Amino acid sequence: MKNMIKTDKLVFEYIRRDEEGNVEGITRAIDGVDLEVKPGQFIAILGHNGSGKSTLAKHFNALLYPTEGEVYVDGYNTEDDDHLWDIRQEAGMIFQNPDNQIIGQVVEEDVGFGPENMGVPTDEIWERVDESLKAVNMLQFRKSSPNHLSGGQKQRVSIAGVIAMHPKCIIMDEPTAMLDPNGRKDVIRAARALNDVEGITVILITHYMEEVVHADRVFVMDKGKVVMEGTPREIFSQVERLKELHLGVPQVTELAYELKKSGVPLPDGVLTREELVSELKKLAK
Amino acid sequence: MLRDITLGQYYRTESVIHRLDPRVKLVATFAFIISLFIAGNLLGYIIAALFLALCIKLSNVPPKFMFRGMRAIFFLLMITMVFNLFLTPGIPLVSFWKFTITKEGLRMAVMMAVRLIFLITGSSIMTLTTTPNNLTDGLESLLNPLKKVKVPVHEISMMMSIALRFIPILMEETDKIMKAQMARGADFESGSLIKRAKSLVPLLVPLFVSAFRRANDLAMAMEARCYRGGEGRTKMKPLIYKRIDLIAYIVLVIYLALIIVARRIDLLGIIGF
Repeated sequence: MKNMIKTDKLVFEYIRRDEEGNVEGITRAIDGVDLEVKPGQFIAILGHNGSGKSTLAKHFNALLYPTEGEVYVDGYNTEDDDHLWDIRQEAGMIFQNPDNQIIGQVVEEDVGFGPENMGVPTDEIWERVDESLKAVNMLQFRKSSPNHLSGGQKQRVSIAGVIAMHPKCIIMDEPTAMLDPNGRKDVIRAARALNDVEGITVILITHYMEEVVHADRVFVMDKGKVVMEGTPREIFSQVERLKELHLGVPQVTELAYELKKSGVPLPDGVLTREELVSELKKLAK
Repeated sequence: MLRDITLGQYYRTESVIHRLDPRVKLVATFAFIISLFIAGNLLGYIIAALFLALCIKLSNVPPKFMFRGMRAIFFLLMITMVFNLFLTPGIPLVSFWKFTITKEGLRMAVMMAVRLIFLITGSSIMTLTTTPNNLTDGLESLLNPLKKVKVPVHEISMMMSIALRFIPILMEETDKIMKAQMARGADFESGSLIKRAKSLVPLLVPLFVSAFRRANDLAMAMEARCYRGGEGRTKMKPLIYKRIDLIAYIVLVIYLALIIVARRIDLLGIIGF
């Protein structure tokens, strides 16, 4: 199967300059990352602040170009200018701050912004806006001003804005970092629905462990490198290793881990509350 | 502070004027302003007043709401009147101490005041009945011919609508920074005018920094959504003239014709002023 996204020995360096423009130092934000994302997958990328995960995300949308190595999005090399707009249409991007990515003054106008840029005919823009707002359950707010929405609602509008461009893949760069727990749940639910129902590939970048549990595959980044890779269960069974990387595990997993350490015979990598309950029930019998 | 300005803020209601194409409203406002300077006599102003009254009636905006904004320009109005009243040379009517009110001065002062009030009411009808977005769209479409002489019309209107979108956000941010600094003992309220102005400096620096950061983020988000300038862009809400707009244009032309005809009829002369 063709890869949705593939990076090949990707290296990215930020060059710091002093006031005269001389090179002061080079920071290697991404250091030799190889990863492959298959179409339809739900991918999570974990890492603490400064691990290079956001920089990596910007490569998937051709907002940054590799210093060394290559990035392919749906078979197109991101450095190929002829396909720049194809790449940006196919790989939509959601950013962290909901206020700074809404352009329209009315919800529906913002959702229409992407299709307008792509030169979609007017009637079709309206159809796309309707279906996208429906997909994130925001249809009743179509005439509202974005300034009157909550953070979670704004982020869902941003998602609708990306869906309206009919992407194959959505990259979400810490979309929930500035939201309250309810808004966070709504956004993640919307992302999962897109993946399940529409089959859109989702790449979720986050440092909230709970959001990772349902992913097909998890990449953990540290100092610009992918240091762990696997299913959520594989990743979360290695509690010690995650702690070394300054990452936590979901609360339930942590509880199961502590119980196991003090002698309760539980399996590794318990991910959900239901799982833990059923495991404990088994023991009680 | 800025929140109190009601002059020309969009008033949400349903009316004929609200439904008009923004281009019609822009052209009409412009024509109306010009007509005020063409009309040099009483009859002209009566026609203008009737036209204005008709527009207000049709716009469904309560006149009270419309004139509340007038208070802001009251001061300006007074100054213009006083200057015109006392400083126009001509046949003296009344004089006391060093001041003389002339016949011409009185005429001029009243005319200026009426002009100014009409002008502001006229243009506020436009902004009261048109969303800022519509307004920028209309402006873009009207200025479109200027693209031929390399005026970046699309970019200008994009900038305007983004600015409008960010005004409330930046206002909220100002409020937040102000409160954060007040919590640490900053004082914005007391002292002389200069002192208060100075105390705003530490407010402006973080505000600018954050505005630039936002601009950076927004530019990236726009790029990520395939924004590449006005070239090849379609519109979600294209402006299309309807019958009602045509009628509005005809009414406008009739009004302008009346104003021009009225120049020749001197009502004041008839009643002997």
